[in-house]
Amino acid sequence: MTDDKGLQAAPEGEKARASQMSILARFFKATELDTRMLGMIGALLLIWILFDIFSGGLFLTPRNLWNLSVQTASVAVMATGMVLVIVTRNIDLSVGSILGFVGMIMAVTQAELLPALIGYDNPVTWVIALAVGIAVGAAIGALHGYVIAYLGVPAFIVTLGGLLVWRGAAWWVTSGRTVSPMDSTFRLMGGGPTGSIGATASWAVGIVACIAIIAMIWNSRRQRQRFKFPLRPLWAEGFLAGIGCFVILGAVWVVNSYYWPIGIVRKYIAANDLQIAEADLQIAHGIAIPVLMAIAVGIVMTFITTRTRFGRYVFALGGNPEATDFAGINTRWVTMKIFIIMGILCAIAAAISTARLNAATNAQGTLDELLTIAAAVIGGTSLAGGVGTIVGAMIGAVVMQSLQSGMVLLGLDTPLQAIVVGIVLVIAVWLDSLYRRSQH
Amino acid sequence: MNSVNKAQSLVDMDNISIAFGGIQAVDDTSVDLFAGEVVALLGHNGAGKSTLVKILSGAYRRDKGTIKIDGKEVAINNPRDAKAYGIETIYQTLALADNVDTAGNLYLGRELLTPWGTLDDVAMEARARDVMGRLNPRFQRFKEPVKALSGGQRQSVAIARAILFNARILIMDEPTAALGPEETAQVSELILQLKSEGIGIFLVSHDIHDVFDLADRVTVMKNGQVVGHARTEDVNKDEVLGMIILGKCPPGAIPGPGALAS
Repeated sequence: MTDDKGLQAAPEGEKARASQMSILARFFKATELDTRMLGMIGALLLIWILFDIFSGGLFLTPRNLWNLSVQTASVAVMATGMVLVIVTRNIDLSVGSILGFVGMIMAVTQAELLPALIGYDNPVTWVIALAVGIAVGAAIGALHGYVIAYLGVPAFIVTLGGLLVWRGAAWWVTSGRTVSPMDSTFRLMGGGPTGSIGATASWAVGIVACIAIIAMIWNSRRQRQRFKFPLRPLWAEGFLAGIGCFVILGAVWVVNSYYWPIGIVRKYIAANDLQIAEADLQIAHGIAIPVLMAIAVGIVMTFITTRTRFGRYVFALGGNPEATDFAGINTRWVTMKIFIIMGILCAIAAAISTARLNAATNAQGTLDELLTIAAAVIGGTSLAGGVGTIVGAMIGAVVMQSLQSGMVLLGLDTPLQAIVVGIVLVIAVWLDSLYRRSQH
Repeated sequence: MNSVNKAQSLVDMDNISIAFGGIQAVDDTSVDLFAGEVVALLGHNGAGKSTLVKILSGAYRRDKGTIKIDGKEVAINNPRDAKAYGIETIYQTLALADNVDTAGNLYLGRELLTPWGTLDDVAMEARARDVMGRLNPRFQRFKEPVKALSGGQRQSVAIARAILFNARILIMDEPTAALGPEETAQVSELILQLKSEGIGIFLVSHDIHDVFDLADRVTVMKNGQVVGHARTEDVNKDEVLGMIILGKCPPGAIPGPGALAS
């Protein structure tokens, strides 16, 4: 659903116009690049460069970028679900509270219930805890979805209620007590030196991703040839593949340039009885596991929205609910499924955030709903419904997190940070509405 | 009546009633339709004609009455049921998902899938190019959301969607309301072609001039009730206008419950 202006066999008139187009316009037409997405990426790079300058070169370091990626993971996961919610003209104000409640449930499961049954640090503890969390998240989402879709209560009210209910419930599980520590395997989902896959595996992931990009471009070209549709010029295909691979391998290079801190290396040497000087042992972090999880969620959600019937119905429902109903689609069930997915994603985000903190607190995820909605909206999801992409929302999450961690790096006071984030959100949506108006 | 009357009717809607709140939108109304026949449903805005056909297309559920297809009573409780009986509808609002492209709209609810159960967009686009090429040969904008199309092009998409799935019964609600003269002529031609293929067509309109020449029969409604049925060769336009405006049933028509008592 990108605004790829025609790659059709242009009639005579259009061909004449094409020859008058500037090189830049022809470039965009040939590559079918989404100019809005490019604008957002440009804004992100601008933010990064400004923060880097003002922080004296601290922002664009492997260490900061790696941390940024880990900090973004939880909100990015939830933002992918928020896209579906907002595309269908709903809203979910409860995701932060669901995260808090589900995180608490998973923490109690692994730290208090399971050890009595299967002992501490059992290899399946994390699986059970995660499964329980996902089941609870899905059940909460199903409840919200049922009330919204079948009982007809507006999503704003239902999830506003949910915001209070699940925050209260998170407190209630342990009467406000913080639960810690988490299972050692579960904690890998939070990142950290051990929660990353290391240099070799990261390169492998990067290379597989590059092959996948090339395969996808090639496959789509072959499909279009099969039905004799107009094709993109070969140079444009090559350019897209090249950029994609460059970005992926560049990101892998960055995370592989961030080495374990000296203290952890020292412990590692002691634990493994190595005869080596600390300074000589440089162990790269590589891609953090929560980041891999977020990317996997992004791929699955992109697949769901663009390649399945359900995804098509979500967008149709957002564009014209009545027409979707008239087309014989069970719109209520579609809506309920969206909220179930949102609940599951909250559970995954809760696992990441609980694992990263190595604890569950009853305040966890407070205000995450606003970050998540902001990420989706900055990422191009229209509150009027019908428009939005998963990748846009994930980049939106990176933008939000970059602002926050950049300001921390600059030492801005917390109240000032909130003011800046609020202003940036409003300006971003204003610019977006200007852009959309200029498109019509 | 004419010879088709001896054949089995395609659609029989008998004694249909529906109320919204306290308002009786359709009151004890009966209409029928034969294969290869065009029946115009006429009446003022609010006469209940759109509501009546929305009951047939499954968008509304009737309070009373029966629907028969091929003489057999059927249950039509939602649009999916109606489509299963080959009933396709072109709504007055067109009912297109504006943010979805042409192929997506044509196949909405009936997507073509690959062997892996994913959307087969390429196959859908190919079929869309095929069917749109027949309806509107100059149509080229397959990749754009239908929001970007002109009124006539959007109408073509809505019509293409209705005929893509071998409809037997076609409901057209004010099909030419948004069209210019040239496009209206195209739609008229299409209606005659579909009729010759044996499809039964309900044409809903508030403007008699749009439909009188196309229709085999007219049914006029007023205040939710049928004023009368008539074959177009038995009445003239003025008489039908009298039915629409005054509810007065001319001698060439069969009066219904809504006819003015004379």
